[in-house]
Amino acid sequence: MTGDVILQNAPALLLAVPMLAAFATPFIGRYSAVARNIWVIAAMTLTAAIGFILAYDVFTAGTVIYTFGALDPASALPLDSGGIPIRIIFTVDAMSAFMVIIAAISGFAVMLYTMASESKSSGKDGFYALFLLLIVGIMGMVCTGDLFNFFVFLEINSLAGAALVAYRVDKGVAVEAGLKYAVISTIGGLFVLFSIALLYGQYNALNIAMLASSIQYTALDKIALVLLLAALAMKAGAVPMHFWTPDAYSMAPGSITALLVVASQASLYGVFRVVFTLYNVVLDYVTIGWIIIILGILSMFVGVTMALVQKDVKRLMAYHAVSQTGYMLLGLGVGLAVLGQQAALDTYGIVAMEGGIFHIINHAMYKGLLFLTAGAIIYRTGIRSLNKLGGLGHSMKWTMIFFIIGALAIAGIPPFSGFASKLLIYESVFLFSPVLSIIAMVVSILTLASFVKVFHSIFMGPALPEFAGVKEAPLPMLVGMGILAAITIAFGIAPELVVDTIVTPAALALVDQGGYIASVLGGA
Amino acid sequence: MDIAATLTTGFGFWNPLIWLAVLVVALVIAYIIWVYGESSYKPGTEQTKPYLSGNREPAAKRDVHLGGGHLYWGFTEALSGYYDRIVPLHTGVLTDYLLWFFGIAAALIIIVGLI
Repeated sequence: MTGDVILQNAPALLLAVPMLAAFATPFIGRYSAVARNIWVIAAMTLTAAIGFILAYDVFTAGTVIYTFGALDPASALPLDSGGIPIRIIFTVDAMSAFMVIIAAISGFAVMLYTMASESKSSGKDGFYALFLLLIVGIMGMVCTGDLFNFFVFLEINSLAGAALVAYRVDKGVAVEAGLKYAVISTIGGLFVLFSIALLYGQYNALNIAMLASSIQYTALDKIALVLLLAALAMKAGAVPMHFWTPDAYSMAPGSITALLVVASQASLYGVFRVVFTLYNVVLDYVTIGWIIIILGILSMFVGVTMALVQKDVKRLMAYHAVSQTGYMLLGLGVGLAVLGQQAALDTYGIVAMEGGIFHIINHAMYKGLLFLTAGAIIYRTGIRSLNKLGGLGHSMKWTMIFFIIGALAIAGIPPFSGFASKLLIYESVFLFSPVLSIIAMVVSILTLASFVKVFHSIFMGPALPEFAGVKEAPLPMLVGMGILAAITIAFGIAPELVVDTIVTPAALALVDQGGYIASVLGGA
Repeated sequence: MDIAATLTTGFGFWNPLIWLAVLVVALVIAYIIWVYGESSYKPGTEQTKPYLSGNREPAAKRDVHLGGGHLYWGFTEALSGYYDRIVPLHTGVLTDYLLWFFGIAAALIIIVGLI
């Protein structure tokens, strides 16, 4: 009975649980820090569990529709709506469910990590409330089927993220980074809002399926498309709109940076949802596909070359996050560019999309892991400069092992997860354009070179006297890192299982615009 | 669900379990070769000291360690023409970030509008 209620209302609970928990956290924190910690861990665990239940339901039974305020939430067009999807509708297809899984895993692992990493800091009531609101923003963005609702969750995501970046003032530098993130996110949010107004003004609808069924690709639609693309690509950290990324990622607490990766991926999901689901058949596939490909190639190359010359460990990793986003844009861009050519789509287009989508979850796991290891090093030493660190392999062995796993995965070294998704991208993109594939491989080599530098700088060399008192990271931090490391290894050992179970359904859901529309409008 | 299934890329394939099996075999062969080698390791002698091109090992441990900033000097020097242009673009100034954002949006409107 309770199970049925949870299953039927999983999309609503996925947001209600972390949101209510976030607002209650400061009250509980007033009375007991221990109770607050138990409360936030329980809330995140429950949210993750609901996310997994929802994703399982989607992958086994198909797209889940949830209409807020309707007697029958599963009905997108209740009798009293006059056949128009006027209410807020969550449309959770395989792509949405895929993103929910990423947020659930990362949110849970990072929450465990914060129990130790934030233990010495003050102001934890607000910190955990913002953490849970960031989860709300991410989950809402990837689940909603309503464009205005998407904007609302984008704002929650941006504001909670900016506040968390600036949370540890750090002589004002973190506040500056948070302010930059807040301003540029707000401008991007206004772009999104304006594009929604352009679409609403023409089609009297905010529901994505309803809009997709009636969109014409007028001049205003093209402007709306560009505004959505530019804003969401900027939020995802695509070059040359990536400048905020190293500032925000490097100054946020280590745990929050790992979660910001997922927050950026929610915007990347927005790019793909807009081009594949909202516009799809009306698009000029080649032009828009190549725009995404070029953004991807620029991100890959500029990201990795900028990373090579960094001396701040977190700034270096932030540039790698930009670079890895390029692989995802490349894979999905190639899929979009050949969307109108069935033979090419079947031969390599879908595989390129699978590679890009598989890389999203792999990146969330290994890049989250790398940011957590960087956070552990800063937590123990208080130093982030690669020129000052060294010899920590003697005292932080587990952190070093987790770093090696993350570094080999991001560099695409077999048998770690990054290799499998990159292989799918290399080989499918090679059939589309060998030059693009070669650039992707060169970027991987540079990524490996960069992480060799980080590994040498932090862990190798003699034990330095200034780090004589440094101990291994506390257990909760190791557990958080261990979860992500285990998934990175597991996804590398059994990539086909992951691809068959969650990646291919996500790719097919993206290209199936008719299926998305039909799930809401009933075969329209 | 078969966890040992091969990942097909449409162009090639990848099976990590086969790769790991080959790796294990290679490691076993390497180990066999190693155990048949001559053991000449003598701890606490001159041979265990690091070789620093004939120089004496500095007393301060920090002097031995190369910091991250010293690595890839040749690479960045060879690409100085690229780095001299790309690094200054990262000004850290918020209005520059916004200018790039608006510029890309404007360029996309022209591209998407014209094509």
